[in-house]
Amino acid sequence: MNEHLLSIVLFTPLAGMIVLLCIPATQKSLIRLWANIIGLAGFLVSLPLLWRFNKADGGFQMVEKISWIPSLGVNYFVGVDGISLLLVMLTTLIGSIAILSSWNAIQDRTKAYYALFLLQQTGMIGVFISLDFFLFYVFWEVVLVPMYFIIGVWGGPRKLYAAIKFFLYTLAGSVLMLLGILTLYFQHFQQFGFYTFEISELMKLNLPLKLEQWVFGVFFIGFAIKVPMFPFHTWLPDAHVEAPTAGSVILASVLLKMGTYGFIRFSLPLLPKASIEPWIVQILVALSIVGIIYGALVSLMQQDWKKLVAYSSVSHLGFCTLGIFALNPNGIAGSVIQQINHGISTGMLFLIVGVVYERRHTREIKEYGGLAHVMPVYSIVFAIAMLSSAGLPLLNGFIGEFTILQGAFEANRMWAAFAVTGIILGAAYLLWLYQRTMLGQITNVKNLSLADLSVRELAVFVPLILWAFWIGIYPKPYFQILEKPVARIVERVRPGYFAQQDRSARTVFEPLPGASAAEVVR
Amino acid sequence: MNLFYTHTDHFVLVPAIILALFGCAILLFDFLIFPERPQKKGLVVFVLLGVVFAGVGLYRQHSFLSQQEQAELTAFGGSLTIDGLALFFNWIFLAATAIVALVSYRYLEVEDEHHGEYYALLMFANCGMFFLATGTDLITLFIGLELMALCFYIMVGFLRRDRRSNEAAIKYLLLGAFSSGVLVYGFSIFYGLAGSTKLKDVAAAVASRQPWDPLVFLALVTTVVGLLFKVSAVPFHMWAPDAYEGAPTTVTAYLAVGSKAASFAFLLRIFLGPLATVRTIWEPLLAAVAVASMTVGNIAAISQSNVKRLLAYSSISHAGYILLGLIAGNDTGIKGVLVYVLVYTFMTLGAFLVVVALRRKDLLGEDIEDMAGLVSKSPGYAVLMLIFLLSLAGIPPTAGFIGKYYIFLSLIETRHYVLAVIATLYVAVAIYYYFRIVRSMFLSDTVDHAPLTSSLGLRFALGVTGLLTLGIGIFPEPFIRLARVSLLR
Repeated sequence: MNEHLLSIVLFTPLAGMIVLLCIPATQKSLIRLWANIIGLAGFLVSLPLLWRFNKADGGFQMVEKISWIPSLGVNYFVGVDGISLLLVMLTTLIGSIAILSSWNAIQDRTKAYYALFLLQQTGMIGVFISLDFFLFYVFWEVVLVPMYFIIGVWGGPRKLYAAIKFFLYTLAGSVLMLLGILTLYFQHFQQFGFYTFEISELMKLNLPLKLEQWVFGVFFIGFAIKVPMFPFHTWLPDAHVEAPTAGSVILASVLLKMGTYGFIRFSLPLLPKASIEPWIVQILVALSIVGIIYGALVSLMQQDWKKLVAYSSVSHLGFCTLGIFALNPNGIAGSVIQQINHGISTGMLFLIVGVVYERRHTREIKEYGGLAHVMPVYSIVFAIAMLSSAGLPLLNGFIGEFTILQGAFEANRMWAAFAVTGIILGAAYLLWLYQRTMLGQITNVKNLSLADLSVRELAVFVPLILWAFWIGIYPKPYFQILEKPVARIVERVRPGYFAQQDRSARTVFEPLPGASAAEVVR
Repeated sequence: MNLFYTHTDHFVLVPAIILALFGCAILLFDFLIFPERPQKKGLVVFVLLGVVFAGVGLYRQHSFLSQQEQAELTAFGGSLTIDGLALFFNWIFLAATAIVALVSYRYLEVEDEHHGEYYALLMFANCGMFFLATGTDLITLFIGLELMALCFYIMVGFLRRDRRSNEAAIKYLLLGAFSSGVLVYGFSIFYGLAGSTKLKDVAAAVASRQPWDPLVFLALVTTVVGLLFKVSAVPFHMWAPDAYEGAPTTVTAYLAVGSKAASFAFLLRIFLGPLATVRTIWEPLLAAVAVASMTVGNIAAISQSNVKRLLAYSSISHAGYILLGLIAGNDTGIKGVLVYVLVYTFMTLGAFLVVVALRRKDLLGEDIEDMAGLVSKSPGYAVLMLIFLLSLAGIPPTAGFIGKYYIFLSLIETRHYVLAVIATLYVAVAIYYYFRIVRSMFLSDTVDHAPLTSSLGLRFALGVTGLLTLGIGIFPEPFIRLARVSLLR
């Protein structure tokens, strides 16, 4: 059990999908029930990961390695460290919640919907646990097809356009990334004489800086499109707005994290020289900051509730990439926590839009107003989600943004100064959205008879709210989980970083007892 | 050594003899035993038997080579050579012939043109392909090429009462004859250079000359033009969309797969044989052709509304990809060509088979619109078509990805970075037009409710191609090993 735990987590949704395909399409309620069982089971089987995970170990745990294509040096090789553990947990939880939230929303072609959803679930988990670049790429691409169909079949009015745009954008990025992968693969062969896609093996490479920069460039395109970073973000509003609620939730909460995860797992450790190159860092940070501010400004102007949330993702993901390229422990750990936070809070915000959309079939903000009067529970849930997204202390968003800013401040004060404006703007568009939709008098008679949250709908939100409070009040376990793996990455990119930190800390605060004066001065 | 017909000669020739004999037998049986229309489908059994027997002959050659640990077996004084390459391609031809025969009977009934000659032509064409893959002599290769091409000229025009089919046949015949002329002109210069038609002698003669020798250059250019016509690479692709569209769909499938694979076998023989030493001359030429093929193929496919035409343009772009492997030219690249041809065979066959099933008595079923809502009518066909299209585009975990993987890797290994970037970006373009079909199948409402034309043979063939397309993608190891072994021998 222990040694196959990750495979069980990975293939539970796929196995569930295969069984689901055997249920006749007319048995809609059975299909729905089965999909929910599998969704929940997927989450439950991933829980033991938490107990078995050893925080003191910074390497990959629960690894499993089976030869897959020996002549290419490809292995089925999976494992988790703290970073991927958190993202896997996010995926399984959000996945089960998204499936539950589709109960009423999806009436048409139910079987295909749930089958695709489960397939996608396997793909996403696979991306986060693959330790073999080939395997990673396969999962990375596998995710695209179900999402295309989820947007294209069950989406809004412009679904066809949004679906193909999503597909083409991401595909163009990922095939370029494939060239980068193959370059590393071939370079490894040249330097060590055997072909392998293993990340740990590829990390031993010593590449010329020029080549490393090129590979970094193609990885950047692949990951930045997925995140999406500023000039590559145009697919996101279309895809998010047109996707059905559960699709938007998965897209925002998990799919985007594949990009940031790619930066942390692949770009930094595999290409440390390019990652530390000042002009590259400056470009990436500049794009992140532009993304933060641009996303927030555009959100301010939105008339469409869902589009507003979509653009807020651009802004929040800007924080995540900013944290990564601060290239210090605070920045990267904060970035991972912020990725989880974004998954929780933006997931909730999309679900909240979905709730009223199911009732009114419109997302125009001006159609609503004063909903707090008829939907009190709903308005409380929305308030929590909104505040968590805006970064109110005691809620999760604060922890992530604070740590990222701390990291950015350490790296360069100006970065933090610019990024802070994003938080202010974020509070502005979220509070304004809340005010326009929830507060005041009910202006539209159609809203008078809206029903409050049902038990099922509330059940969707409760775990997320609890999680948001947990991270907000007691984030220590998260930092503990992240500490070692993040330290490894920082040490890899900036060798000697920690030694230097220790020394400077000692000189300022506490000279070690017995240390000579010369050592203290140094 | 002047024995006319030795044991070895016979051993090497057996598959071709069987194919030809079965072809003749079909012609005889056709009007002696199966004179009635409904009985014609019995002839499929003959094709399958022929393929099986030829396969046995091939298998014996296969095991002979591996037992003797011999790289090759030459016969007829060097005119025919059985080596890994020849065996590899011959397996592909036999598989393609069997699959095409299996789906043809029902299709020809629907078209109301069910004649026994069709099956005989299939066998003769396969016989021609055999000589293209095994021939190591200019004359043998040329005769093999003509044998195959003549069968195809007839088969493309097999729908006698259909104008499109007639037009396609005439176009294909005229352009094909012209290109054969150019090719044979190149061959004649080679003969002039070497004083022999054996590829070995030609290779020695070319190697002994200066790289930019005008005669070599002239021979090279004319030969390459002829070859590129056969693989429908740009700028010699004009016949392909028309021939593909007009031909009976089963023939289109055979043309796209069998003829193309055979032409690539031929191309490999020439480029890795006599032309290997003048790589500096043809490499930029081929690179330009490959880029042009991918560009024209992919861009023109975007605006097609006819699925057969769309697949024709896509096959042009695939020719470009395969040429890239040859341009890279290292071990990975050549392996890539073999793997690519293998996966291309099954995914392209599969895609055309779905189009075959769409042809109904009163409906051509070739338009993208005709596929609208296919998923709700026949989900199995729609999902299979999705797999074939994903594979054609090269999305993992389908077979097409493995093919593309090798091509890209070989380009990177040989530092053709620009070509690699172009080739990868066209994947995104390709997905756009392949997904026009997907969109129609999955996201549009059903227009016509008539059931698809299905038959046992068609379902079986679709199952096999679908299984292979997914199987090669998920467990490529045995197929990669097959390609590698074929090269080593």
